[in-house]
Amino acid sequence: MNAMTKLMLSACAAALLAAAPARADVTFALGIPATGGQIAAIGAQARLGAEAAVKAINDKGGIKGEKLVLEIADDQCDPKSAVSAANQVVSKGIRFVVGHLCSGASIAASGVYDEEGILMMTASATSPELTERGMKLVFRACGRDDQQGVVAAKFIADKFKGKKVAIVHDKQVYGQGLAEAAKKTLADAGVTPAYEGSVNAGERDFSALVARLKQEGIDIVYYGGYHTELGLIVRQARQAGLETRFVGADGLATNEFWSIAGEGGAGTLFTFSADVKAKPSAQSVYEELKKKGEPDNFAFYYYAAVQTLADAVARAGKEPEAVAADLRANGFETVVGTFRFDAKGDLIDPEYVIFEWRDGAYAPTKL
Amino acid sequence: MGYFVDQLINGLTLGSVYGLIAIGYTMVYGIIGMINFAHGEVFMIGAFISLIVLLLLAQLGVAAVPLAILVTLVLTAVFTALWGFVVERIAYRPLRGSFRLAPLISAIGMSIFLQNLVQLLQGARVKPLPPVLTGRIPLGSIGDHQLSVAVVQVVIVVVTVVLMAGFSLVVSRTALGRAQRACEQDRRMAELVGVNVDRTISLTFVFGAALAAVAGLLYTIYYGSIDFFIGFFAGLKAFTAAVLGGIGSLPGAMLGGLLIGLIEALWSAYSDIQYKDVAVFAILVLILLFRPTGLLGRQEVEKV
Repeated sequence: MNAMTKLMLSACAAALLAAAPARADVTFALGIPATGGQIAAIGAQARLGAEAAVKAINDKGGIKGEKLVLEIADDQCDPKSAVSAANQVVSKGIRFVVGHLCSGASIAASGVYDEEGILMMTASATSPELTERGMKLVFRACGRDDQQGVVAAKFIADKFKGKKVAIVHDKQVYGQGLAEAAKKTLADAGVTPAYEGSVNAGERDFSALVARLKQEGIDIVYYGGYHTELGLIVRQARQAGLETRFVGADGLATNEFWSIAGEGGAGTLFTFSADVKAKPSAQSVYEELKKKGEPDNFAFYYYAAVQTLADAVARAGKEPEAVAADLRANGFETVVGTFRFDAKGDLIDPEYVIFEWRDGAYAPTKL
Repeated sequence: MGYFVDQLINGLTLGSVYGLIAIGYTMVYGIIGMINFAHGEVFMIGAFISLIVLLLLAQLGVAAVPLAILVTLVLTAVFTALWGFVVERIAYRPLRGSFRLAPLISAIGMSIFLQNLVQLLQGARVKPLPPVLTGRIPLGSIGDHQLSVAVVQVVIVVVTVVLMAGFSLVVSRTALGRAQRACEQDRRMAELVGVNVDRTISLTFVFGAALAAVAGLLYTIYYGSIDFFIGFFAGLKAFTAAVLGGIGSLPGAMLGGLLIGLIEALWSAYSDIQYKDVAVFAILVLILLFRPTGLLGRQEVEKV
C-alpha cells in the first residue's frame, strides 16, 4: 500500500468513524471463511455460535440498551482475501472483530486492524505468531499451540516424578514450539530431559531413535509434531520391544494415529481441548445451538468470544483501547469457562485436557 | 556393545531395502547408460500395489500371514514389472539414439507424472497398514543387554539375500544374463551377432521394477505407512547407494545400499540424529573424490 492510498483509506475511515456514533448499534464483524470449500463448514460452526450469542444478548436488552449487530466478513481462510475482508471492515467503520477463524488469515488481517485501531478476538487461530508481534488490540479466546506443551509438561512433572524424560520434535513451527514450551516448563519444575533430539518430518525410519531411547533408559517421551511421525515412532518402538510412554499434542486427535501405530498406540497421551458439550454449565447453550444442527467446539468458542467482547464493551464503552484494557484487567464468565487474558492477549491457562488412546479411541485419561 | 549390535541390525535392514532399489538404477545404467529417475516412483507404485493386494487378501479372509505375504510378493512383482515395462516402452525406447540428455529429461518427467498420478488416484494422505509381522527372536545377551531381532527385520534381510543370490545367478549363468552383459559391453556389436537388444533392455527394466516392487512390499510391511512421495527419498538414497558402490556394478549396488543403511544407523546411534543425512552425503562426496568410479566400479575404458 503506497502512502497515497493509505492516506485516502484513513480519510475514508475517519469520515465513516465520524458518522458511526450516530448509529445506536454496536457492530461486531465476524471474520470467517463463509465460502470456499471444506473449511467453510467450520466457518458455519463459528457463525452458528456467534449468531446465537448475539441473539441471546439482544434478547436481554443488548449492550447497555444498544442493539448488537453481526456483520460477516468472508476471508475464505486465505491471507490475501483476509486483507481485503479486513479493509471492508475498516470501510464500514466497524471497530470490533470476532475472528478470524484460520491462523494465516488472522495474522494477515491483524496487520490491517492494528493500523486502524480495530480490536480483534479470534476463538480458533492457534498459531503463536498471532500474538507475538506486540499488537495491543489482538486477543485470542482459545489456547495457542505452544501452551499445550506447558500443560503436557506440568502433567509429566506431576505424574511421572523421578522418571527419565526425553523431548523429541520434528523441527516444524508447530512441533518445535511445543517441544520448547515443554522443555522450559519442565526446567521450571526441576526436570532435565535425559535425551533431546529431533527427527525429519516425512521420515519413515526411526529405528535408530528408538534404539537410542532404549539405550538411555527413557521412561516417557514428549513429542512435538504430528501423528504421522509419532505413529511410526510408537510402532517401531513396540516392534523393538520398547514400552516407553509417549505424550503428544492435539495433532494426535485423529484415527489415522491408531491405524499407523497399531495396538501399541494404547497408553499414548496427548493434550486436546476439553469437549464443551460435556460441561454442565454449557447445557443450556447446547440446547439452544442444537436447534440449528449439532454444534462442535468451534461454535461454543465463538459464542464465548462474542460474550466476552460484549461484556467488555458494556463496561468500557465503544473505544477499542479502553475495551482492550478492560479485557486485560478482568475475568470473563463464558459458556466454555472463565477467560483471563495476559499482556499479549492470550488466554491464561486455556483448558487443555490430557487424553489417552486406548482400543482405537481416545478419552480423557484416568492417570 | 549390545547397543552397537542393535543399531547394526537396524542399519542392515534399512540398507537391504536401499540395495534392492539400487539394483534397478545400476542395471539400467549398465545397459543403456542412463539414470532412470522414475525408478523411485516404480518402487512407490510397488508399495501401493502391495498394500492393495494385502488388504484384498485380508478381505478375502486369508489368515495365514506367510502365505499372504508370499502371494502379495508374486502379484506385486508381476504388476509392478508391467509398469516398469510400460514406462520403458513409452518414455525411453522412442528416445533411444536421440541425444544423451533426452531420456534423462524424459525420466524426470515420468517421475513427476507417476507421483502426481498416484496422488490423484489414491489421495495425498498417508496410507496405513496395521502391523502384520510382529514378534521378536531372542539372540541371547551381551552383558545385561538382551539382544533380539524383529521377525520382520529377519524377513527383509533373508528375502534380500535370496533375491540377490538368484539375480546374480541370472546375470552370470543364463542366456538373458549373457545378452545383458553383451549389450553392456557394446550394444551395436551385440545386435550384429544376433542379440535382441530391445528385448534385453525391456527385460532389464522388468527385472529392475520387480526388485523395486519387492522393496516396496518390504517397506510397506516394515513401516506400515506409505504415501505418494516415498519414492523420492527412497529413490534418492538408492541412487546414492548405486553411485557409492560403483554405478553399473550389481554387487556394488548392494554394498552401497548396506553402507548407507549402516552409516545412517551408526551415525544416529553415536551422534546427532538430525545430521545423519549430512553424514551420508558427506561420505559419498569423500568417496567420490578419491574413487570417482565408486567402490566396486570399473574404470570407464574409452572405446576406439
